[in-house]
Amino acid sequence: MLEAIGNVSQRWVGSPVERKEDQALLTGQARFIDDLSPIPGIRFAAILRSPHPHARIGRIDLARARDLPGVRGIVTGKDVSDLIGPVPSVVKAPLAYYPIAIDRVRYVGEPVAVVIADTRYIAEDACDLIGVEYEVLPAASDLRSATARDAPVIHERVGSNIISRRSFSYGNPDAAFAVADRVFEFSYSYPRYASTPMETFGVIAQFERAPDRYTVWSNFQGPFVVQPLMASALRVPGHRLRLITPPSSGGSFGIKQAVFSYIVLLAAVSRKTGVPVKWIEDRAEHLTASSASSDRVGTVAAAFTKDGELTGLRFRNTANMGAHVRPPEPASLYRMHAASNGCYKVQNISIDNELVVTNCTPVGLNRGYGGPQFYFALERIMDIAARGLAMDPAELRRRNFISVDAFPYRAPAGAIFDAGDYDAALSELLRIADYDELKRRRDEVRRKGGLFGIGLAAGVEPSGSNMAYVSLAQTAQDRRRADRKSGANASAVVSVDPSGQVTLRLCSTPNGQGHATVAAQIVADALGLHPNDVDVVTEIDTLTSAWSIASGNYSNRFAAIVVDAIAKCAEQVAQKIKLLASDALDAAPEEIELREGYARVRGQSNKGLPFRKAAARAHWDPAGLPDDATPGIHEAAVVSPPVLGAPDDEDRIASAVTFGFVIDLVAVEIDRSTGAIRIDKYVSVHDVGTQLNPKIVEGQVHGGFAHGLGAALFEELVYDERGNFLSGTFADYLCPTAVEVPPVEIGHVETASPVNALGAKGMGDGSSMLTPAVIANAVADALGRDDISLPLNLRRVWALANGHDVRRRPVAAQVRAEGTAVGAGALTGSGEISLSAPVEEVWRRLLDPSELAAIIPGCRGLTQEGPDRYSAEVVIGVAGIRGALGFGSGSGFLSLRPEVGGRTHLQYCYEADIGGKVAAVGQRMLGSVTRYLIAQFFHSLERRLRPMGGSGWRSWWSKLRRYGRNGGEP
Amino acid sequence: MTTLHRAAGERFTLHLTLNGQRRSGEAEPRMLLCDFLRHELQAFGVHVGCEHGVCGACTVLLDGRAVRSCTQYAAQADGADIVTVEGLAEPGTLNEVQRAFAKHHALQCGFCTPGILCSVTHFLRDTPAPDEQQVRDMLSGHICRCTGYAPIVAAVLEAATAIRKGS
Repeated sequence: MLEAIGNVSQRWVGSPVERKEDQALLTGQARFIDDLSPIPGIRFAAILRSPHPHARIGRIDLARARDLPGVRGIVTGKDVSDLIGPVPSVVKAPLAYYPIAIDRVRYVGEPVAVVIADTRYIAEDACDLIGVEYEVLPAASDLRSATARDAPVIHERVGSNIISRRSFSYGNPDAAFAVADRVFEFSYSYPRYASTPMETFGVIAQFERAPDRYTVWSNFQGPFVVQPLMASALRVPGHRLRLITPPSSGGSFGIKQAVFSYIVLLAAVSRKTGVPVKWIEDRAEHLTASSASSDRVGTVAAAFTKDGELTGLRFRNTANMGAHVRPPEPASLYRMHAASNGCYKVQNISIDNELVVTNCTPVGLNRGYGGPQFYFALERIMDIAARGLAMDPAELRRRNFISVDAFPYRAPAGAIFDAGDYDAALSELLRIADYDELKRRRDEVRRKGGLFGIGLAAGVEPSGSNMAYVSLAQTAQDRRRADRKSGANASAVVSVDPSGQVTLRLCSTPNGQGHATVAAQIVADALGLHPNDVDVVTEIDTLTSAWSIASGNYSNRFAAIVVDAIAKCAEQVAQKIKLLASDALDAAPEEIELREGYARVRGQSNKGLPFRKAAARAHWDPAGLPDDATPGIHEAAVVSPPVLGAPDDEDRIASAVTFGFVIDLVAVEIDRSTGAIRIDKYVSVHDVGTQLNPKIVEGQVHGGFAHGLGAALFEELVYDERGNFLSGTFADYLCPTAVEVPPVEIGHVETASPVNALGAKGMGDGSSMLTPAVIANAVADALGRDDISLPLNLRRVWALANGHDVRRRPVAAQVRAEGTAVGAGALTGSGEISLSAPVEEVWRRLLDPSELAAIIPGCRGLTQEGPDRYSAEVVIGVAGIRGALGFGSGSGFLSLRPEVGGRTHLQYCYEADIGGKVAAVGQRMLGSVTRYLIAQFFHSLERRLRPMGGSGWRSWWSKLRRYGRNGGEP
Repeated sequence: MTTLHRAAGERFTLHLTLNGQRRSGEAEPRMLLCDFLRHELQAFGVHVGCEHGVCGACTVLLDGRAVRSCTQYAAQADGADIVTVEGLAEPGTLNEVQRAFAKHHALQCGFCTPGILCSVTHFLRDTPAPDEQQVRDMLSGHICRCTGYAPIVAAVLEAATAIRKGS
């Protein structure tokens, strides 16, 4: 392939040209999914979601919602169960994933019903009017509770929450550990977070008859291997599910892969309701129920010789899949598998993998996909070992790097590393960082009693995934029974129209990376044009595009594979233009070169034909073409790197086509009194092979770093122990802003990849995989302790720095009432009040349901369920949120004591448990709102007890404020 | 603002100036300004990122001030002069800030960009010679998930210099 395009001039590739995409984006002209109305008559969807982490669905009352003017239809899971089958999975446990709950909800936010109405506002109103009876079940909200002996079983047909176990062994790990001089072990836990693209999911779905066909517009990012799965779930042949992507997509980072379940759902809803439907996810829906990276726990052990040679690695990983295994999961656990040696030459590796379902949102692709979790284990143990061996962590890594002359390098688990010079990259890193000076400063700060730490982390960046790697989740025996899978197709089509204008069509569904710009650079070089002369269409239409199962945007595949298809296809067009020009120029095609918009005879600058005239001949004068030339110019290229074979029976696979290299160093200083981490210096050195556009490469490095920084310091999708979701707003889920992201010094070492025509390696995940590990290493170094977990927020770092217990769960209010058992995560508080009636009267009123209904704030109805047990429907606004948005339960303890003058002194304490949307989006306010409401309750009681003519609202308000102040905040 | 007290479902006509043109459209009292601008007046450059006033993607200029259009009702903008990203430069051209954004690769997916450009416009009018910290403080009202902010900071600083030289 290199030979075939040997005469491509390298003028545009490699230069930092400005992006083709920017003008439209900067002027508001770019079109995203919510800007489109591709067909008339579209109606708008809102999704009613489960407020419970785990419950059986009982009766669903749609009457009130149906009666709302403007409602066109309401569809429940049962209603579409005849149109949707389960989405196929490589995990053979009987999990049956549907995109809407049928009879049981398994996570907060799981779709329960879809309302279609004339406006989104009406559709949301109607959601509030749907009554769903839930039989609440105990929930397992994390890996620990889901794998406990008495854990609630989430999928009864499976019978266990551990749905898959696989063990792998490469080389002879047992022997390596048996003879090791030193063994280091580290138990890790890695949080759940998400890269939260700024544009949320969007779907426009239409069902048509004659032929029966679904057409869906959506900001889906691929991989298009999911298209056959969607068609299968909708029970139609592939071509009857037409997918179209919009011109622009507002970020994805892997997350938008998960929109596929809504494509299936809304397609079925369109069929059921008979209208085209549009659904745009809101941010609360996105944070609650879209997708996330998989949280993981496990151990890593490393065997070393006494002089620092890494001889064995042992991983035990338990990954949280969420409530369902949604394709392409469990790929997150297998993407790094074939490269489990990292960048090291260790040969003996064992891996035990366990997949667990919990009552959390299903996980999926997220920037780095499996890399951040993997490197958190591997690169933490390398720093821990360096300390144990009293070696410099940089030198320990250097000692174990795969050497520069070993490429292409076959890793023990099957990955084939294409090119690299890790040693040179490390040297460049230490040079930029001025490592010796940093170490000197660390000593100086420590002498003064300060906390200063340096961390390192290094790793390979697999790019261009082999579509078969996920089948490692199956045994070799199971794989043999299935159809063989391998490879990663990429396609490109270049057309030159009758006026000589060039259009390239891609199937890489960019979400902001600048594919159109880089693609135009490649085509411009091949055709001797300016990139502005090349139009690039990045929308996919599965009915008309040259797509295949690997199409889409994931695992950095653009620079690893797609560029090869572009270069190949552009070269085919170049050959044709030369052939078309050869007649007119009276020269052999091989003598012609394409430069500056002309076909010219090499060495004769006066003899040329404009590119557009040469191209026009193919359209206007087919009869007059040279014998070898076909009419028109439409050239397609489809490539799949030959190295990406099927997995072998020893579970080895060439999992990706290029393996870039990233090595990061960070120095941090920690403020012991606040827990604040100050990033003193951050350096990141990359080997991305040939930089196709250095401006875009640098942008990807900055962006990947910011994602890694967010994961390291701020971001976590938090569930309480009951499975309630607590991070439903950007005020609860903290993304880094411009004041939190420190400068990064970036360096490059370029070793050209031999696997594509341009020498490029995939890139973009980069530091998102290593930043969490490197910051944890630096914090561990600063604090002198290894029990570091993420995110390293103020609360956690302060506790670590001051020797306090680190609680995993946040608790809104932590006053524990005497004599009560308080569940972790509950809202608790206490207070007291003096009431204007004797004890007997107060007691009577408190036991009278009609009295209670009158004094409970916002009570719409109260029913007694048993002795001392009531259920109430209560309407309360929390932080601007109103409606039937959540549920709560609670219990209280009262102590009544007679006071002089026939009065009663009442002391109370309570414990409340609040879930649903109100917990997800109002978490910060719930403690104070609960205190306020409890105080209001007792005030109402007092008002009803008190003789008429009591104090006015002003004193009521001041009393209330006093109850509030006394109400239990620590 | 009597329009706010009308019943839900009732629509009323409101008039405003959008990017220099007199426009009118219908809205319910509860309709958010961002939804009105997008779906009634087709100003699709207004992007909605969070609907709770944190991410800043929906920022527009309302009577010259950068405001979140997701935390205002359309009715509150009756009679206002609104500029969205579509109105920051003459059609077919880029202004200094937009040019600097392109040059410094200060946008990738571009979804947050319209709101940032509106904030920068207001900011540079009040703070024509900002330092980096001031720029970062201003940007902290916006979430960008693609760029890591460094290129945006560089672009704003360069645009400030260009505008000072030009005026």
